[in-house]
Amino acid sequence: MNNRLYGNLIFELSKEGRKGYSLPKNNFGAYEIPASMKRAEEAQLPECDELTVVRHYTNLSNNNFGVDTGFYPLGSCTMKYNPKINEEMAAQPQFQNLHPQQPADTTKGALALVTLLEKSLCELTGLAHFTFKPYAGAHGELTGLMTIDNYHRSRGDKARKKVIVPDSAHGTNPASAAVCGLEIIEVKSLANGQVDLADLERLVELEGSSISAMMMTNPNTLGLFETRIPEIAKLIHECGGLMYYDGANLNPMLGACRPGDMGFDVMHINLHKTFSTPHGGGGPGAGPVGVREGLQEFFPVVSPYFGNFGVMMRAYAYILSLGREHVKEVGPLAVLNANYIKESLKDVYELPIDTVCCHEFVFDGLKDKSTGVTTMDVAKRLLDYGYHAPTIYFPLLFHESLMIEPTENESKETLDGFIAVMRQIAEEAKTNPDEVKSAPHTTPIGRVDDVLAAKHPVVTYRQLKAEA
Amino acid sequence: MAQFKEGLLYSESHEYIRVEGEFGYIGISDYAQHALGNVVYVDMPDVDDEVTAGEEFGAVESVKAASDLISPVSGTVVEVNEALENEPELLNKDAFANWIIKVQLSDSSELDNLMDAKAYEAFCENA
Amino acid sequence: MLNVQCSMNFKFFPHTQDDLQAMMAKAGVKDLDGLYAQIPESIRFRGDYKLPSEMSEMEVRDVFAKLGSQNKQLTCFAGYGVYDHYTPSVIPQLLNRSEFLTSYTPYQAEISQGTLHYIFEYQSMMTELTGMDISNASMYDGTTAAAEGMMMAVAAGKKQNKVLVSAGMNPKTREVLDTYALHQGIELVTIPMKDGVTSKENLEALLAEGSVAGVMVQQPNVYGIVEDFTGFAEACHEQKALFIMDSVASDLAVLKTPGEWGADIAVGDGQSLGIPMLFGGPYVGYMCCTEKLIRKMPGRIVGMTKDNRDQRAFVLTLQAREQHIRRQKATSNICSNQSLMALFVTVYCSLMGKQGVKEAAELSYAGAHYLCDELKKTGKFQLVYDKPFFNEFFVKYDGDVDALYQRFIDAGFLGGVKFEDGLLFAVTEKRTKEEIDNLVKIAAL
Repeated sequence: MNNRLYGNLIFELSKEGRKGYSLPKNNFGAYEIPASMKRAEEAQLPECDELTVVRHYTNLSNNNFGVDTGFYPLGSCTMKYNPKINEEMAAQPQFQNLHPQQPADTTKGALALVTLLEKSLCELTGLAHFTFKPYAGAHGELTGLMTIDNYHRSRGDKARKKVIVPDSAHGTNPASAAVCGLEIIEVKSLANGQVDLADLERLVELEGSSISAMMMTNPNTLGLFETRIPEIAKLIHECGGLMYYDGANLNPMLGACRPGDMGFDVMHINLHKTFSTPHGGGGPGAGPVGVREGLQEFFPVVSPYFGNFGVMMRAYAYILSLGREHVKEVGPLAVLNANYIKESLKDVYELPIDTVCCHEFVFDGLKDKSTGVTTMDVAKRLLDYGYHAPTIYFPLLFHESLMIEPTENESKETLDGFIAVMRQIAEEAKTNPDEVKSAPHTTPIGRVDDVLAAKHPVVTYRQLKAEA
Repeated sequence: MAQFKEGLLYSESHEYIRVEGEFGYIGISDYAQHALGNVVYVDMPDVDDEVTAGEEFGAVESVKAASDLISPVSGTVVEVNEALENEPELLNKDAFANWIIKVQLSDSSELDNLMDAKAYEAFCENA
Repeated sequence: MLNVQCSMNFKFFPHTQDDLQAMMAKAGVKDLDGLYAQIPESIRFRGDYKLPSEMSEMEVRDVFAKLGSQNKQLTCFAGYGVYDHYTPSVIPQLLNRSEFLTSYTPYQAEISQGTLHYIFEYQSMMTELTGMDISNASMYDGTTAAAEGMMMAVAAGKKQNKVLVSAGMNPKTREVLDTYALHQGIELVTIPMKDGVTSKENLEALLAEGSVAGVMVQQPNVYGIVEDFTGFAEACHEQKALFIMDSVASDLAVLKTPGEWGADIAVGDGQSLGIPMLFGGPYVGYMCCTEKLIRKMPGRIVGMTKDNRDQRAFVLTLQAREQHIRRQKATSNICSNQSLMALFVTVYCSLMGKQGVKEAAELSYAGAHYLCDELKKTGKFQLVYDKPFFNEFFVKYDGDVDALYQRFIDAGFLGGVKFEDGLLFAVTEKRTKEEIDNLVKIAAL
């Protein structure tokens, strides 16, 4: 990694007259774009030769960390291995060159793939139909809630505008509900991290006929299975609401339990988590939404075609590679890996809820709080040792949340290495806390000034130049 | 430690109002400023906008949090503290000296619903 | 019971029998099933998934090759929001750098400068193309970017919840707008067309009715026509409505920009910047706005800052707007961007550069006008609206359109998009004179 040599922006490498492209000559004759259509000032894009561009972005990639670089125990993100065969399959020209408006009898292969993937997902979730329009997990949540809202509307049940979420829910859940025009009510969690059934009963009593849905992940945000899910589903169904499953934590359920069997009516799947499609630095993902029989007619139009079709191709290649034999081992191995780390570290890190977890678990910082070393410091110190940090300060239930999810692909050796480093950091916190608090030391850049960035936003090269 | 300044009235959403005749200066409490951390932006209404007691009139942002500003009273905005546009950190320096808006009160009986410094301090301790 | 035997025999699972035993001992369970003891038996899945058996790589390749062979490869003269532009060979190779491909959202700035850095470049490039001040880190696609633009206008507009939408918007976009508007309680009102362009008179009348938060138009419009929006922004601003323009990104290399038209928000799809059509996605939506609206903008934004070693660095900023902090008060639920596709567009703009994007646009313009002229010469086609167009145009055919369309397909051409009893043809720099002449020969039959 070499930030000093290659820290330039592509704009700063530009020199007038250089070019990095080749296009055929215009042999159509003189067709001049009329001046009245044209922009007055040229777009100030860079002018670079091809090697300069290739080297610039290759060097930028060296300042990044991916699953292929090293262990990435980022809780709730399921950073599993992204098999290379998936990329090869998605890159096939027989699919790459398909225009989405092509008539169906010229796209039979693509349409067959959609159907095959839908069947596979139905089988794995216990639901009846999927729509592939949603582009991402959050988009899937929105699509699922719209489906539910459309269902209630169709029955003239217009007062159902409230969605119950556990207080541990990810911020996206309430935001999706709000965008869908719904209101959030929170149900409390018990000390063991599970939904407080008594509080839920109270809410159902109070709000019964205005409840649209209950939205939850299972296992929940703490990585704990909601054991009373059958009773929760019964309560919600009895008051006329539907059950929404946020598929963010589906991975540990492969081979163990299906959302449809738990009592859920609608769900989304993050193909970029459970089905191994690459996260790409924040997208593209895909968030197909599945429903019980009868609800498919309420799917909304949230995108024009089949969403991120290329992502679906990768997911299908993954399912074929695993087959029925290995899909069911995904969950157990992911859960085993998580529990192995948890049990190996709980004597030095604070484990607020000491029980068998699913695919992930949450520490509340270091056990020894006297050193002043925070979760942020531990996370930054991990970078020095070549590990990606866990998810930090989420969930909000604890002050020093450190959420670890290893996935099924990691070997015992990798986990042992990580455990050793986590223990070493706990030791350093006592013997050399300043070293930890000022970490990272070995990365291309040190800790950044968030306040400066937010107080005085500079978000384009034009603004950057004006500053100088 | 947060300061709880006497002579001001406080709301449960952590705004204060300093009443001078028919006008009130509204800002966020020192307690709120501590909770937010480094303030990077204050979203303020325009002069002549109407504000309503219990309703939002703007927002305060720090790096990791954003909080709506809820008006403790109803009335008309007669002045906004323009210094906050370029120096939002003034709220961290002295939240009480740097009010956010000045409002002409339309119903001074609304002030009865607010807490004095002592009651507000107790409220924050229990939060 | 879960069969632990086969775990060690699969390429993505590294666990040996010894590993499993040691790890289960540490986890305090006797077998893998014990890890799920807390799940009520009534809802456990105990069967076999009805899925194909595991496949070797060669078998997976075979499945996809068979599926691929069922797709007909056509020479593309269709557009309608999705265009067959040229992809420089550099781009897919750089996108496959797994440090980009397999990374997550750049939350840990110290080990994500690669992603943060290119997003900053992407934002800079999109503001250059659109002529706007600010860009976010990208959105899912053009249609959802338009929907976010609509919601942003309503959020900025305080209590105004009507948005006027030109009938010249692509129906695919309009459908998505309708979906979001229904659930948000936004009232969408259509501005009718007059002679193939948005009626300014109708716009002004609708604005005068009041409570309009935003006005949305498309450039070029669905007929491919380059509209004259003189006075639109002023009319909007007089009524305190925001002016939103939805444009094809590549066309902005030469066309008058949303910034120049006075738009407050510019949205659209970046697919035309070389992204393969891939049956509908992934593409990338863009969203730009004026400086004044920066804190109303949905999605991620990357900003410049310094690190504790006084080096220039990039970081996700203005996060307080976003869903993970604002929860139900966020104006959008968007979490991710379309990061890898933003990288695609960034590398495209770097390679093509200032001159290349113009040259590609000029070639597309010339090819489309050549095709239009040649079609007209057959005597069987005429432009439905005699208005200036860019690289897409709408014609009526004097004959059976369905039969003609099938003739095109049989000859290996996707001969435009059938739409409103006519054909909408698009030409990009990828289409050669020979291909166009061959298409015209079939059209003339």
